[in-house]
Amino acid sequence: MSTASLHETTHHADHADAHHGHHKETFITKYVFSQDHKTIAKQFLVTGIIWAIIGGLFSVIFRLQLGYPDATFPWLEDFLGHWAKGGKLNPEFYYALVTMHGTILVFFVLTAGLSGTFANFLIPLQIGARDMASPMLNMLSYWFFFLASVIMMASLFVQTGPASGGWTIYPPLSALGDASMGSKIGMDLWLVSMAMFIVSSLLGGLNYITTILNMRTKGMSMTRMPLTIWALFFTAVLGVLSFPVLLSGAILLLFDRNLGTSFFLSDIVVAGKVLPNEGGSAILFQHLFWFLGHPEVYIILLPAMGMASEILSVNSRKPIFGYMAMVGSLFAITILAFLVWAHHMFVTGLNPFLGSVFVLLTLLIAVPSAIKVFNWLTTLWKGNIRFTPAMLFAIGFVSLFISGGLTGIFLGNSALDIHLHDTYFVIAHFHIVMGVASFFGMFAGVYHWYPKMFGRYLNNTLAYIHFWVTIIGSYLIFWPMHYEGLAGMPRRYYDFSNWESFKMFGGLNEFISLIAMLVFAVQLLFVFNFFYSIWKGRKVTTLNPWAANTLEWTTPIRPGHGNWEGDIPEVHRWPYDYAKDGIDHIAQDVPVGAGESKH
Amino acid sequence: MNEFFLIAIVVMIFVIIFQIAKASEYVSVLKGEEKSRRQNNKINGFLLIVFLILGLIGAWYCNELYYGKTLFPQGSASVEGEKIDQMLYITIGVTGLVFVITQILLFWFAFKYQESDNNKAFYFPHNNKLEVLWTTVPAIFLTILVVFGLKFWFKVTGDAPKEAILVEITGHQFAWDMRYPGKDGVLGKKNYKLYNQPSGNTLGVNFEEVESHDDLHTTEMHLPVGRPVKLVINAQDVIHDVGLSHFRMKMDAVPGIPTTMWFTPKYTTEEMKVRTGNPNFVYEISCDQMCGKGHFSMRGVIVVESEADYNKWLASQKPEYLTLFPDKDPANQSKAVDTIAGASKPIAKLTTGTN
Repeated sequence: MSTASLHETTHHADHADAHHGHHKETFITKYVFSQDHKTIAKQFLVTGIIWAIIGGLFSVIFRLQLGYPDATFPWLEDFLGHWAKGGKLNPEFYYALVTMHGTILVFFVLTAGLSGTFANFLIPLQIGARDMASPMLNMLSYWFFFLASVIMMASLFVQTGPASGGWTIYPPLSALGDASMGSKIGMDLWLVSMAMFIVSSLLGGLNYITTILNMRTKGMSMTRMPLTIWALFFTAVLGVLSFPVLLSGAILLLFDRNLGTSFFLSDIVVAGKVLPNEGGSAILFQHLFWFLGHPEVYIILLPAMGMASEILSVNSRKPIFGYMAMVGSLFAITILAFLVWAHHMFVTGLNPFLGSVFVLLTLLIAVPSAIKVFNWLTTLWKGNIRFTPAMLFAIGFVSLFISGGLTGIFLGNSALDIHLHDTYFVIAHFHIVMGVASFFGMFAGVYHWYPKMFGRYLNNTLAYIHFWVTIIGSYLIFWPMHYEGLAGMPRRYYDFSNWESFKMFGGLNEFISLIAMLVFAVQLLFVFNFFYSIWKGRKVTTLNPWAANTLEWTTPIRPGHGNWEGDIPEVHRWPYDYAKDGIDHIAQDVPVGAGESKH
Repeated sequence: MNEFFLIAIVVMIFVIIFQIAKASEYVSVLKGEEKSRRQNNKINGFLLIVFLILGLIGAWYCNELYYGKTLFPQGSASVEGEKIDQMLYITIGVTGLVFVITQILLFWFAFKYQESDNNKAFYFPHNNKLEVLWTTVPAIFLTILVVFGLKFWFKVTGDAPKEAILVEITGHQFAWDMRYPGKDGVLGKKNYKLYNQPSGNTLGVNFEEVESHDDLHTTEMHLPVGRPVKLVINAQDVIHDVGLSHFRMKMDAVPGIPTTMWFTPKYTTEEMKVRTGNPNFVYEISCDQMCGKGHFSMRGVIVVESEADYNKWLASQKPEYLTLFPDKDPANQSKAVDTIAGASKPIAKLTTGTN
């Protein structure tokens, strides 16, 4: 393909844009330091995709070690240098890979990449606002994330390696350079990067909340908001209230590491040296960490729930069942998310009575979760379902949420957690319910709103291949891990072959590694489809390709900065009038007719 | 060379898939987009139901393959762990039922209500009776699970029986050390600042105090079958975790904060060899909290044996005090010396040695 033709297409596409910005935009203000929420959303998405490829690649490399503990891969040495001498992964680097895989996927992809993308993109479009409350803060939110990304990326290249104490960075391991290579400069970079990340997340979150509360268009009462907006609203509330606690933990840890304080350190002999620190508590850090860490799970999950609700309703051509119950259960999950953190700490020597309170509160979360699942099922019931790629991913999301949610009932029950804690059962649980399920929500969102983002469609065939390989592969990878966990096989082991109790799973580990590589390859196919279709995808020719009711489909095909060319439409109804009075769909900006029935 | 081949093949597969995808887009334009969309809809609806059926068969097959490898067919090796197994079966029963029902409904609805001309979507925005139903039913089931779970939890985390034998286990990068209290039944006190004072005192035991003089320091844990054992758990450097999967027990080892756990071994190691059919069977202590580079190799061994064998083993161990202060060992002295009275000398050395 010649570059000339590429230029021509983009040039042509530019003319299709609705230009009505009040100021002249240069390349820099339009694509780099942009204050347009849609561009910022795309910046978050593209950065998230790049991180997802890196994080996914890390998992492929450590799965190679787990699947083939006796083999050597000479090409690894070309690629990783002294971390893979003779083609054999160094244990310290294995732990660094595991740590960075978790950090990248949890924070950089499924928090910034997911919330950052869809909160930015959908909030103004779906509530009927021209932009965020503060476009400037919004832009800073992205650039702080970018800064965090650069620092985290730099930590991969320091001589002692990146942080390697697990994404939960428990001290004293993460506090003492003598305890682990990754706890030297790599850990400082990790903490500074996370501090920047938290600033980004707070700037974004405050903006999302302010925008939703203040900038809804005429007639858009809170109870007429699409469930995506409700979910993104609660996500932002969770982030704003819990991320500062992690920041405090990170700062105290930086003090312990560099200024000689003893917040988390006491009675330690490391590498033959007696440390002077006394009176600190390593467990205190875990409380601070999980006070964010648990809400974080819902920060990741709620946007996926919101988008799945919207997409299930649109493609079933039916209203979402139990709108108020859906909002109520999101609210209940948000409140409970703050009250369950210590269920990550049942075996730390926690007071058993305190543990019992956390068991009760943890299992309570299953009630709003069950409400959501049954409401989604009822939404499908008697629908007229179109299996767009987005819809398939939304259905896959529900399936994974059920599978992973139910194993949470095992782990939340402290008596069972004694046996299952820190085993592969936990890996299976949280990868299915928070990792893969949220990814499915994110994919659903990308497939559904891609036409609005870029004015083009993704290739359908590639999308279907992507869905089927990913859902089958994910189950093949994580389902058998439950059995390894029931056998007590611990997480974060570099090699199991010396363990009489765990070595019988060698064949299974190899199988899992093979499938993981296949699934990773198919994600690259998606990434290719994503970037190819930005320029070469089939063009969108209708305003409302999915026949949806929400406001974003009343904007031009390629909305400019400001979103609507004329006035912002007024809203007269909730967004789920599908199949009402025998009419396929009635958009939110259509006034209520005289003879129309009430819902 | 092989790698290049592999990469070339992968790239080729990518290109082929992409070409097919591109071609199918053109075909759909030629055929009419609506028509090809409907065809895709049928195919995916069918695949969803196939996925459900094969998935359920797969789940059953996976169970056939791996259930035997979990620890549950052989039963818990501790009396208290039986409660945890029981809890597991109750939970599997309840969640398994919900899993099968909801997954079947999900994929069956998707298949059954797929788009077709003689199918009209039903406007059904809410129904309070249904909402109440699926709020209360899960709540009742969860209450049952909480009640059973907490009953077992309080039993397991409660105080150890009075007759329990006491063993201290200390984790450090990357091994476990045990201490037995000796005849007096009391463990000598420790202070981490006494580490290697005198040299070889790797646990920082305070040998000034008499209680420590008969304590044993071993690297293997021996336990008598059928008697409760209480573990006092310490860590020296970073957080470790005493994972005893056969006994269904686990507890973190935290520097500066001692923790405890207790259980009653049910079978000796020899009996377990028969029960599991594995002649190499051994009770292993796995470190279950990431502790650094050698985490995966931080392995300890527990030998469960008859009371008689256990006592024999105890008698064969030499107190750490006598190893560190050989001059106090009666075996090394021509005259019998009161070891307790004679302890004053090393103490003088010891106290000047700290700080």
